[in-house]
Amino acid sequence: MTDLAVETRPARRRVHIPAAWRQPLAITGVVIAIAWVLIAVFAPLIAPHGSLEQTFTPAQSPSWSHLFGTDELGRDVFSRVIFGSRASLPIALLLVALAMTIGSVVGAVAGYFRGLVDGTLMRLTDLFFAFPPIILAMVVAAVLGRGLFNAALAIVVVAWPSYARVSRGLVLSVGQSEYVQSARLLGSSSRRTLFRDVLPNVAGPIFVLATLDLANAILLLAGLSFLGLGAQPPQAEWGSMVADGTQYFQWWWIGTFPGLAIFTVVLAFNFLGDSLRDVFDPQTARRVEES
Amino acid sequence: MSVLEVEDLRVRLRTPAGEVTIVDGVDYEVQPGEVFGVAGESGSGKTISMLALLGLLPEGAVVGGSARFGDDDLLAMPRRRLRRISGRELAMVFQDPYTSLHPMLSVGRQLTDHVRLHLGLGRAAAEARAVELLEEVRLPDPRAALGRFPHQFSGGMRQRIAIAIALACRPRLLIADEPTTALDVTVQAGILRLLDRLRREHDLAVILITHDLGVLSGIADRVGIFYAGRVVELGLRADVLQRPRHPYTRALIDALPHPELTREQNLVAIPGTPPSPGRIPAGCAFHPRCPYVQDVCVAQVPPLDPVDTRLLACHVDPFAG
Amino acid sequence: MATAPTAISEAPELRVRRFGRAHGLARFVLRRLAALVLLMIGITAVAFILTQLVPSNAVATNLGEQAAGDPAAVAAFRHHYGLDKPFPTRYLLYLDHLVHGDLGQSSLTHEAVTHDLGQFIPATAELALYSVLFAALVGVTLGVISALRRNRPIDHALRVTSLAGISMPTFWIALIALYVGFYRLNWFPGAGRLDPGALPPPSVTGFYTVDALIDGNFALFWQALHHIVLPALVLAAFSVSLLMRFTRSAVLEVVGNDYVRSARAKGIPENVVVRRYILRGALPSIVTVLGLVFANVLTGAVLVEKIFSWPGVGQYAYEAALNLDVPAIAGVSIFVAIVYVSINFIVDVLYGVIDPRIRIT
Repeated sequence: MTDLAVETRPARRRVHIPAAWRQPLAITGVVIAIAWVLIAVFAPLIAPHGSLEQTFTPAQSPSWSHLFGTDELGRDVFSRVIFGSRASLPIALLLVALAMTIGSVVGAVAGYFRGLVDGTLMRLTDLFFAFPPIILAMVVAAVLGRGLFNAALAIVVVAWPSYARVSRGLVLSVGQSEYVQSARLLGSSSRRTLFRDVLPNVAGPIFVLATLDLANAILLLAGLSFLGLGAQPPQAEWGSMVADGTQYFQWWWIGTFPGLAIFTVVLAFNFLGDSLRDVFDPQTARRVEES
Repeated sequence: MSVLEVEDLRVRLRTPAGEVTIVDGVDYEVQPGEVFGVAGESGSGKTISMLALLGLLPEGAVVGGSARFGDDDLLAMPRRRLRRISGRELAMVFQDPYTSLHPMLSVGRQLTDHVRLHLGLGRAAAEARAVELLEEVRLPDPRAALGRFPHQFSGGMRQRIAIAIALACRPRLLIADEPTTALDVTVQAGILRLLDRLRREHDLAVILITHDLGVLSGIADRVGIFYAGRVVELGLRADVLQRPRHPYTRALIDALPHPELTREQNLVAIPGTPPSPGRIPAGCAFHPRCPYVQDVCVAQVPPLDPVDTRLLACHVDPFAG
Repeated sequence: MATAPTAISEAPELRVRRFGRAHGLARFVLRRLAALVLLMIGITAVAFILTQLVPSNAVATNLGEQAAGDPAAVAAFRHHYGLDKPFPTRYLLYLDHLVHGDLGQSSLTHEAVTHDLGQFIPATAELALYSVLFAALVGVTLGVISALRRNRPIDHALRVTSLAGISMPTFWIALIALYVGFYRLNWFPGAGRLDPGALPPPSVTGFYTVDALIDGNFALFWQALHHIVLPALVLAAFSVSLLMRFTRSAVLEVVGNDYVRSARAKGIPENVVVRRYILRGALPSIVTVLGLVFANVLTGAVLVEKIFSWPGVGQYAYEAALNLDVPAIAGVSIFVAIVYVSINFIVDVLYGVIDPRIRIT
């Protein structure tokens, strides 16, 4: 099959202009997210103390010397919260990237080749959807053993099906589009069509999903650590810190501040994801949230 | 006494570009039992002017003028009273039969809920009446139709159902907004015949909105031509459609393909495009496109004045006599 | 002007598809049921594979040290679970046990898993019920208000609130609730379904609140209710936010539709238009969210039960995962998956009931 002598322009999805009120939300989200990334990167410089030092008086309430107080073992909570960003953020980013890649490829393959391939792959994803996230994650984490990395792997197992569904739906609809069909008729090779016309249009909603999924991944990761299946002591991780806080809830600062940290990060990504969704494709992304 | 008398109706809508005048001083009246045709291109304000009567305008709309219906002014009425009249004495059929019926409610439900509300009938009585109505609009197997859903019917059937719904409480006036535009040409005739028969049987006045003059030539008693939010010509059907005096009406008629057109004669298109609502030309809105334009046309908005047996809004009146 | 209708032009007018009285509802349900069965089989396969993956000395952990020394007991155990047979046979054996309601014996409690589940499920179900009911009422109402007052201050406030609601970790909310509601204000108890030492009512449904009422014991009913408030509210937080968001967008999609305008043109009063025309049109989307809500409730239950010492399936699953209690893990997985899939099935069917157009697909 020979390629065209005439250059065809790739099909582009129309980009929507988001509603006016979304802008402050999106900006807030970006600012908070960047702030946390910076905190994670420069943690040793920002944190007044180490995350593991147990040198202070335990269970001190917040004061000027210890902004977030100290925990039951005498560690500075503020420093631990700062270092906690190094645990949650990079791992969450990694796992979402992994889930996104696996899921999108599976879905794209299913949508592109259709037929039996599609049927089998979709039944497989249905199966994974049948197990609620935390149960599956708990079991996988138990099988693989405790630890933050294993918990992350467990979440990848849980998260990839959503991407498969979205990418499959997108590939199907773009593949049906008249533009791609005519490009094929005119002789564009399959691979070229896939890369130039199909994939870029699929990328948008996938990234929206990834952003929102990042928020969920952080929550789930913290949840697993809270249960003791993720990060192990004495590692400073927000979820396990809240677990500590629950044990000693009369010293409210131990659990409240790490939880607040989780809240702000997740909020930032939700703000961002919502605004991105307005830009790229409200219909598709919403349909996926439902799956 | 006329069923409806509209005087100086004005409607301004709120758009992202600011407030825009859609209807700019419209006058007409509708006599009992007659079919009053309203013709004009898209954007001429014909639909909006009707929605104003029923209080169905979008939020932020500003309405002026009066619309006397019986003893009341529709435009000055409190909302609650307007809702009591809507569907009962005054009804409307919309353009798109595929979207104007609720997809999840049965046909029977949509036929009876306002009947029970307005006339206080019990369920059995309302359903019996629904069956009668469906028979009147010639829907096959009316009893079974009650339990079915709109998507199970073709477009023409859905429009018949919509008409049945509109006439359920025997209104005095029916506004039909382009009832046949979304349908096949072959189906159109059936709907129009139906409307004609029903209005004769029930002494019903009908305002028939359309952009297709051909539709009016078979059924209308009087015709009003809308342009850019104003009425430019209004009179008996034979007068307006066969002996048009407004240059715009004349041009519209000339633009229609005629079965006896010879090969040498061309279809005449009106030069230019109708003005968008935010950018209405000064004076007579048609003047940029009018072959008979004079200075006064640019300076002054022509009033709708009685000329012979009709109303005409033209300074020049080039086809007089 | 009128043209003589030909046979062809009349035909499309008279075309009415007949689908029988319930318009294909029965066939629709059957098709969904068939898909469900297939899925269940897949689930059992996955659960079975899980049991094979978890590293453990099944014999020792299940029989206990002493019995493991008795060759006869070991042989009986191996035979019952087919440990000496090839893989496929073990799976079929597993299925056979399943069908007979035998999910094996928990290595932790040494009771039959089915017995354990029977004990713990009602606690979680009661919690979930109150939580979802509350969330549905509040979430949908707020979502409708938000949609009908679009872009006004209350709408903006509610939208930000709902975004915040889905961003807060459930265990964090629980901690704050516990601290404020129990420790500081002492309005609510901090743990368990009843006060320490209190006896549960005679079991009819397993729901302490309902059973207490049936028994006529109002004091106990009140106590049980008192205990369930905090965990149920915490569990509802995420669901309320989710429902608010989805209801809002569902209603917004419907509000602009022609059929809403037609309803108003018929003179239907506004509150009826909202209930019967707008909400009805939005219902399919809202019902779809219920599946999501339920998934989250299950997720949240694990965390909430741990914090409030609620003796439910969540706690059970957690202990099982922690201690590698293989039969319990598999049993819970199957149970949870079945319930989850059933809820989605019910949602699917509801969708078909509400929107007759769907029944054709």
